[in-house]
Amino acid sequence: MEIEHNSVVAFAKSWGLFYLIALAAGVVIYALWPGNRKRFDRAKKSILDKDDRPGD
Amino acid sequence: MISGLTVSERHLALFVLGALALTGLAMAVAGRGDPLAVHGYIVLVFSVGLGFAVLSALFDPEPPESRLSEYYDDPTRAGIILSLAWAVAGMFVGVWVAALLAWPELTFVDSAWASFGRLRPVHTSGVIFGFGGNALIATSFHVLQRTCRARLPGQFAPWFVLIGYNLFCLIAATGYLMGMTQSKEYAEPEWYADLWLVVVWVVYFLIYIRTLQRRKEPHIYVANWYYMAFILVVAVLHIVNNLAVPVSFGHAKSYSLFSGVQDAMTQWWYGHNAVAFFLTAGFLGMMYYYLPKRAERPIFSYRLSIISFWGITFMYMWAGAHHLHYTALPQWVQTLGMTFSIVLLVPSWASAGNALATLNGAWHKVRDDATLRFMMVAAVFYGLSTFEGSFMAIRAVNSLSHYTDWTVGHVHAGALGWVAMITFGSLYALVPWMWKQERMYSPKLIELHFWLALAGTVVYVFAMWNSGIIQGLMWRTYNDSGTLAYSFIDSLVAMHPYYIARAFGGLLFLCGAVVCAFNVWMTIRMARRARAAEPAGDVPLYGKAGAAPAGE
Repeated sequence: MEIEHNSVVAFAKSWGLFYLIALAAGVVIYALWPGNRKRFDRAKKSILDKDDRPGD
Repeated sequence: MISGLTVSERHLALFVLGALALTGLAMAVAGRGDPLAVHGYIVLVFSVGLGFAVLSALFDPEPPESRLSEYYDDPTRAGIILSLAWAVAGMFVGVWVAALLAWPELTFVDSAWASFGRLRPVHTSGVIFGFGGNALIATSFHVLQRTCRARLPGQFAPWFVLIGYNLFCLIAATGYLMGMTQSKEYAEPEWYADLWLVVVWVVYFLIYIRTLQRRKEPHIYVANWYYMAFILVVAVLHIVNNLAVPVSFGHAKSYSLFSGVQDAMTQWWYGHNAVAFFLTAGFLGMMYYYLPKRAERPIFSYRLSIISFWGITFMYMWAGAHHLHYTALPQWVQTLGMTFSIVLLVPSWASAGNALATLNGAWHKVRDDATLRFMMVAAVFYGLSTFEGSFMAIRAVNSLSHYTDWTVGHVHAGALGWVAMITFGSLYALVPWMWKQERMYSPKLIELHFWLALAGTVVYVFAMWNSGIIQGLMWRTYNDSGTLAYSFIDSLVAMHPYYIARAFGGLLFLCGAVVCAFNVWMTIRMARRARAAEPAGDVPLYGKAGAAPAGE
């Protein structure tokens, strides 16, 4: 099959839209998912620990 | 530092340096008379010199097992020093080329290497790759270990990345002075330097992945995502944009695989994403770690930081076409680039806002602590320059701004105001931790540096705004008979005062960098003296690590 410039353009113009919207929706759902709250809270607070050694 | 390597790592280092020396020799032989041969000799001398350093410590005893219960920070310390050395050198050349623009008769060295065209890439690569790149490597190793609570997997690989990367920078800068260039912005080095950088970069990514595998924290902190995007995407960009065929293996010159407008599109896809992933993503990683750490407050919204990360990663990819408005590039690609550039404002301002909201409630710290103020001003300039960038990407605005000094002003608002400020802020926070000191040698000098840097940036950016808009307007003013009202030389004369102002602003910024280098040097000396005064000799002071109070 030969890939023509126009077919690539058509693909990009149509599916590009859906893929980016799906991606944006996925990221927002992941970030706001209630079950993730605890992990995020731990991550943002744990960098402030003063202990400067690797964990066991 | 070499005796910190295990004996087998020292052997590996010698083996790699030997292979590198042979490669240099082969380049010198194959490149007879070509500039490639000069680079062969540089590689040879570089690797033999390092080889002697390794040999001198080859028979030292094995480092103690206790090292495994500490983080490995030697490469970070070396990276900080290298970064500041490149900063001073790169910014010095910057002031030099700025002075050449203001006073062209200043070409007092009457030889090719001292011409504007050869010095300019030494400045851009020196500050972006030398200063910025070393700072990114140094801080990424520090942040990676702390946020994973895991030591780097080996001690050789980080050194390979740091030293190999600096060899690349050295080859790049010396190549420009000899007149070697691929004529691609931010991708000037020729094929053999590009191949070397690929090797270094793959090792860099492997260090990241292997340390993440060993992490003791359940979640990968957002700063690491930014650093990883920086490493991964720069690898992809670098490989694709530098696809080229050398004239021969004994010749420095190569020809790009792309031609015409496709070459231009590939170059600006690379060029803009170099801004996005080298000059933005990596430094955002720095900001998301050092700013909360210094302010002793968690980031305002962790969720927002995730959303802005993925927003930046997926949208920047499409924005490069805005560099090619009104060219042979298809109109729809230009429109695509413009649209994505405007949408990019959302994740960019999300990050800038997140940083400033983190400081909300700690303004007294920002007032008292110049280190934190560096980071705050960086976030403000990040917000300003991303707004300006989105605005300039609009085709109609670009018709005025393109090819003028406005673009130069925009780049420097980002590079001086955002990239350099966040780097200096992070280094001022990091240096006392790395050398186990309570604080920097002189907080007053940090204060001085802050005002020099801010004044320099403001003078520079305002000069270029004025100059750029005057240029743009003069180039599009028509007289009654429908021809251009001004000749090019008229616009050049009109720019002269702004060029002097720009050189002055750059000089202020350079002075700030020199003050910083001095302050860091004195802090290191302070640490050495304190260690010499310890009764037990050179036992590191682990107890104080990371415990330096903010606001000192």
